[in-house]
Amino acid sequence: MFDIVSFIPRAVSQGIPLLYGSTGEILTEKTGNLNLGIPGVMYVGAISGVIGSFFYEQSGNINGFLAIAIPMLCSLVGSFLMGLLYCFLTVSLRANQNVTGLAMTTFGIGFGNFFGGSLIKLTNSDVPSIALSKTSAYFSKTLPIAGSTGVFGKLFLSYGFLAYLAIIIALLASYVLNHTRIGLHLRSVGESPSTADAAGINVTLYKYGATCIGCMIAGLGGLYYVMDYASGVWSNDAFGDRGWLAIALVIFTIWRPTTSIFASILFGGLYILYLFIPSGIDHMEMKELYKMIPYIVTLVVLVITSMRNKRENQPPASLGLPYFREER
Amino acid sequence: MNNKNHEPLFHVSKRDALPWQKAWAIRGAAILAALIVCGVITMITTGDNPISIYKTIFQGAFGSPRKSWVSCQNISILLLISLALTPAFKMRFWNIGGEGQILMGGLGAAACMICLGDKVPGAVLICLMVVSSLTAGAVWGLIPALFKAKWNTNETLATLMMNYIAIQLVAYYIIKWEVPKGSGKIGIINQNTNAGWLPQLFGMKYLLPIVVAVAATVLMYIYLNYSKQGYEISVVGESENTARYVGIKVETVIIRTMLISGALCGLAGLLLVGGINHTITTTITDGQGFTAVMVSWLAKFNPFAMIFTSFLIILLGRGAGGISTAFGLNQSFADIITGIILFFIIGCEFFITYKISFRKKAGKEETV
Repeated sequence: MFDIVSFIPRAVSQGIPLLYGSTGEILTEKTGNLNLGIPGVMYVGAISGVIGSFFYEQSGNINGFLAIAIPMLCSLVGSFLMGLLYCFLTVSLRANQNVTGLAMTTFGIGFGNFFGGSLIKLTNSDVPSIALSKTSAYFSKTLPIAGSTGVFGKLFLSYGFLAYLAIIIALLASYVLNHTRIGLHLRSVGESPSTADAAGINVTLYKYGATCIGCMIAGLGGLYYVMDYASGVWSNDAFGDRGWLAIALVIFTIWRPTTSIFASILFGGLYILYLFIPSGIDHMEMKELYKMIPYIVTLVVLVITSMRNKRENQPPASLGLPYFREER
Repeated sequence: MNNKNHEPLFHVSKRDALPWQKAWAIRGAAILAALIVCGVITMITTGDNPISIYKTIFQGAFGSPRKSWVSCQNISILLLISLALTPAFKMRFWNIGGEGQILMGGLGAAACMICLGDKVPGAVLICLMVVSSLTAGAVWGLIPALFKAKWNTNETLATLMMNYIAIQLVAYYIIKWEVPKGSGKIGIINQNTNAGWLPQLFGMKYLLPIVVAVAATVLMYIYLNYSKQGYEISVVGESENTARYVGIKVETVIIRTMLISGALCGLAGLLLVGGINHTITTTITDGQGFTAVMVSWLAKFNPFAMIFTSFLIILLGRGAGGISTAFGLNQSFADIITGIILFFIIGCEFFITYKISFRKKAGKEETV
């Protein structure tokens, strides 16, 4: 039996990290930076938050406001530094974006697992994970009426505040990109940096700004995953390939943060669909094939958008290319 | 120059081609700086003195004959994958799907070993394994190439997705073939008969991948620099329009190059499954499809320089592994060290391509 009422909340909570990641990556890509380091950034965002909340829990008395503020601040700072590093290498030093991004992913995942592993060692626990249940309780706190409103509450109100924040950020990003002067400048930098430069727009500033903010948003996705979805349990490599899926979502949504809200929930659903499709005990192997679905869907969408070749559906024209004023 | 307030502190301009000695001196300096930074970081985390840290790094990779052999074997596999990706990169086709192509190659080999292991004679089986793994890798490279050639689909993301499809496909077959049932993994394949195990050269366990990688390096160098097809790849990479203008069929070049790239990745998969591990898992590639992207790029797509860069990456990876064992650190320490080294080398390319001119008070400029 397909239990839709329990499926949708799980799909949503799977989709939120993807939404953070893809919103961040859309902002970044709109200025022409193809940041393949997002998986690494999300790891760093997650572990920075974990480190913050770990030491806060160690310090003793827990205060609701600080329990949220400290991990969040740590996470934002960690992912901001990663963004700064990426910008310094690709914008200031004009390095190849693919290579820099992949190096950031290697570094970020290593960073996450290294500090995760070290914290696990500090706690001397028997299981290879850290549980931060006290601070995590504040992250996953739902509205008090969520329990008493039946199906409606379960579908719409059963999430922690970071989930709603993700949707607000996505709507905000969409508004800024499409309806403000900053957004116009930002997109022009991604389409044609030399034209934007000639028009007096500070290309470097926009690239730095968008990429760093994008990384901070993506980092929150990592934080949401650990603190809310996994209820404060960090174990190495648990975050998996969600960062890559977030990058895929950017294409799937054709660079639109609003579409990303629904698309990431859809992807979250596809990601866990295998748990809900009955396959019987004899055919466990079919589950592995169902796990393939999100990737195949992305590939198909990628091919279809390139086939239709509509002007408004194309990637930013200078995506992946470094900009150097004196080069023609 | 009258309006000094508006003259920036320094400005950047493009260099003329730098003599290669100077370019390599800059890269050497960057690696040295990176090693110093890594040494300092290791010193902070372990409290050991720097000299013994470098010694531990070296011993982690080449401390005993067995360690040296394993390191050489790892270097040759990484080198082979990097070589496989290089023709695609030269064409500006960002094939980051090495991971998937290797896995498919490995799957092709494993399928032959499992399904035909006791049905055909050993030599025939090995021939079939070679054919099937090369084909499987090539097909996995061909699919994104077709999309790229026909509709200009973004290849970075298409190849990335192909990786995950390959991983799930392997996961599917692992459960289908699992031994014993319910364990979720395939143990050593044909442990008793050794059917389909690649032969050991001169009785040495680790030699085969090394020989294959050396041969591939030489052949790839010749192919890229002295063959017509290699030249076509460079032209397409420099400018597709130029290539079309001179009558090169860009679509054909893209498809042909990706077939070669995928097949070579498949070969790496064959060596991993048939020669080294004798089993298949979804993590058999260990991220080397991604590492190879960086190895190839750091070597500026020169096959011989890749020997050095893959040596460097493996040395640091295994060396940092040695440090983490010696000091009871987490194994992911290696990734952090590798990341730092990569950032330095990536960053230093700037100083090879560009020069920085600082502002001087007299209005004259000094170049650095």
